[in-house]
Amino acid sequence: MTSTDILIRGVRPLGGRDVVDLVISEGRIRDIGSGLMGTEGARVIEAGGRICLPGLVDLHTHLREPGREDTETIETGCQAAALGGYTAVHAMANTQPVADTAGVVEQVWRRGREIGLCEVVPVGAVTVGLGGERLAELGAMAESAARVRVFSDDGICVSDPLLMRRALEYVKGFDGVVAQHAQEPRLTIGAQMNEGALSGELGLPGWPAVAEEAIIARDVLLAEHVGSRLHVCHLSTRGSVEIIRWAKERGIDVTAEVTPHHLMLTEDLARSYDPLFKVNPPLRTIEDVEAVRAGLADGTIDIVATDHAPHAHEDKDCEWSAGAFGMLGLQTAVGVVAEAMVATGSMTWEQVADRMSVAPARIARLKDQGRPLIPGEPAHLTIIDPDAPWTVRPELLASRSRNTPYVERTLPASVWATFFQGQPTVLEGSLA
Amino acid sequence: MRHLLSATDLDRDQAVMLLDTAAELASVTDRAVKKLPTLRGRTVANLFFEDSTRTRLSFEAAAKRLSADVITFTAKGSSVSKGESLKDTALTLEAMGAQAIVLRHHASGAAQRLAESGWIDASVVNAGDGTHEHPTQALLDAFTLRQHLRDGEGDLSGLRVVIVGDILHSRVARSNVWLLRTLGAQVTLVAPPTLVPFGVDSWPCAVSYDLDDVLPEADAVMMLRVQAERMTAAYFPSAHEYSRRYGLDAARASALAEHAVVLHPGPMNRGMEITADVADSPRSLVVDQVANGVSVRMAVLYHVLADPGSVLGEEPA
Repeated sequence: MTSTDILIRGVRPLGGRDVVDLVISEGRIRDIGSGLMGTEGARVIEAGGRICLPGLVDLHTHLREPGREDTETIETGCQAAALGGYTAVHAMANTQPVADTAGVVEQVWRRGREIGLCEVVPVGAVTVGLGGERLAELGAMAESAARVRVFSDDGICVSDPLLMRRALEYVKGFDGVVAQHAQEPRLTIGAQMNEGALSGELGLPGWPAVAEEAIIARDVLLAEHVGSRLHVCHLSTRGSVEIIRWAKERGIDVTAEVTPHHLMLTEDLARSYDPLFKVNPPLRTIEDVEAVRAGLADGTIDIVATDHAPHAHEDKDCEWSAGAFGMLGLQTAVGVVAEAMVATGSMTWEQVADRMSVAPARIARLKDQGRPLIPGEPAHLTIIDPDAPWTVRPELLASRSRNTPYVERTLPASVWATFFQGQPTVLEGSLA
Repeated sequence: MRHLLSATDLDRDQAVMLLDTAAELASVTDRAVKKLPTLRGRTVANLFFEDSTRTRLSFEAAAKRLSADVITFTAKGSSVSKGESLKDTALTLEAMGAQAIVLRHHASGAAQRLAESGWIDASVVNAGDGTHEHPTQALLDAFTLRQHLRDGEGDLSGLRVVIVGDILHSRVARSNVWLLRTLGAQVTLVAPPTLVPFGVDSWPCAVSYDLDDVLPEADAVMMLRVQAERMTAAYFPSAHEYSRRYGLDAARASALAEHAVVLHPGPMNRGMEITADVADSPRSLVVDQVANGVSVRMAVLYHVLADPGSVLGEEPA
């Protein structure tokens, strides 16, 4: 051991029963086992039997830089990510300018490296300017220093079926994946909330489940036809879960994500007309929440992704229809998943590690993330205290924006520490 | 009553009380001096983000007859995202002394948001929010029905009311369904299926796609304005087809019972949802509705703004 080594004493890998020690050296796990001794000069961290998972990977993050640095910067977003237990985030392409060229994705990637709190992996736009008309230079983004593998027009659906087919085909050339925001645009003109009895009563234009399901059904068939890989962003309805289940049984190479808020919150919150609860896709019914929980537990839904979407105060402090779509998510994801999935007995912490680290890293082809907790692997780690309830206070979040829907809610679990490349970015719940 | 945001805010007794107050205030209109001192020194702000001359004038007249000071703000256009901010405008009006804000806004829920956001302390009266509600319109409709079909007293138990037209986009229909139900009436909505809101089966009313089928049983028919532009969004094939299937003309109206009345919240599309001969017939209460609108709005402002101890119509010492 050298003086830069770290000895973490007393963690439970993947939430199992065994309490072990872990030695980190030169950015990697050097040793893992009971009764490990720290040598002269090694930093010793007492983890008190907390749960150790591979560092979390978010496949869906809006960092807003470049363009809307008043709402989030790559730096504040990375702070929120680290505090949320993440060691990699995927920066969505809907910035200003749009991340649709090698130049923009490299800029975002470099900024992430300078900050050094987690891996910032740019997502490339599928179409030029998110315009939905012609393909962006996907190959150039793939070959850039940023090594883009995930492409998405997130916020806007690639609704043109021919363009979607071409995108799915084209990214096969570099093992990429198209992450689709499934929303039939014509069925959701002016849509404000889930379409159902409540939208009728509240007089808000509805966003029907079929607008999501129709696109997912089309896309899985397209992916099957051209033999490509498809990823479905923020799936939100019971019908979508059923379509994905059917597609997987059929052998189609599709993966799907669900957000923490779709695991926890329902459309009833729209009764307040407070745009804090306005998000796209919208909060759905309790039946949908139960279906996405079951889908996540049985693996039909592969991952949890935050869709962390910072917005300026004035864009939420207004009437519902003027409000922006989106919610913060990075710092509350672990707590929400703990409440919705672990506390309910639906999932183990080992499964949480799969859905929030291993599987997203695999989908994004990140070779250093989501790795097993064994010697020789990169030391990207998240240490979670499963019994440390905390109350969400927007003003205490690291994000530059405050639009969390969990105001004053108490979540059952906390991120205690995060290690990125062997160095603590978070210790005892604060930035290290 | 601090605010009036939705017809669902009112239970039966509160609704009847408002109608009774309105009836009492209506008698003021018959006096030589059509003014009460009740709200002297109070300020009512009319905040209209949508063009609606008749509702605005009705609220103005109501406030003035109660001797309130009235300030009016109108912002044209219906840009949802940019332009005049609801919050800033409301703060401005409150700073000018408004104790009640009468709000017409293109966004559903705007009145509730203004009342509950903590932006202002003033009372809020919903004068129409998007496609959500228009509670004072429902009150004036109930008042008119009570006046003509229930001798101006009590509730509307057993009354059969048919509401016809663009239910989907109608705040008038929503408020009427809730209020008429609260007052004991049976409501049937009639529209082409494309203009019936999703989930309507959970509403406390019946739904029919066939106007001729329901007319003979009706005590009252309320025709809603239908915008011809709806056909561009494929809600119905043509204005002509709409009129033929859902418009009220003299032939169709002849199926109505002798005592049955016809209402319309205005402005009417004559020739579209209602023909001129029906609109101007003795069973049409369209003009009564306008007159009653002032009385009902006086009652609402009175209950929202007057000191709890003040007695209606009494001159201050």
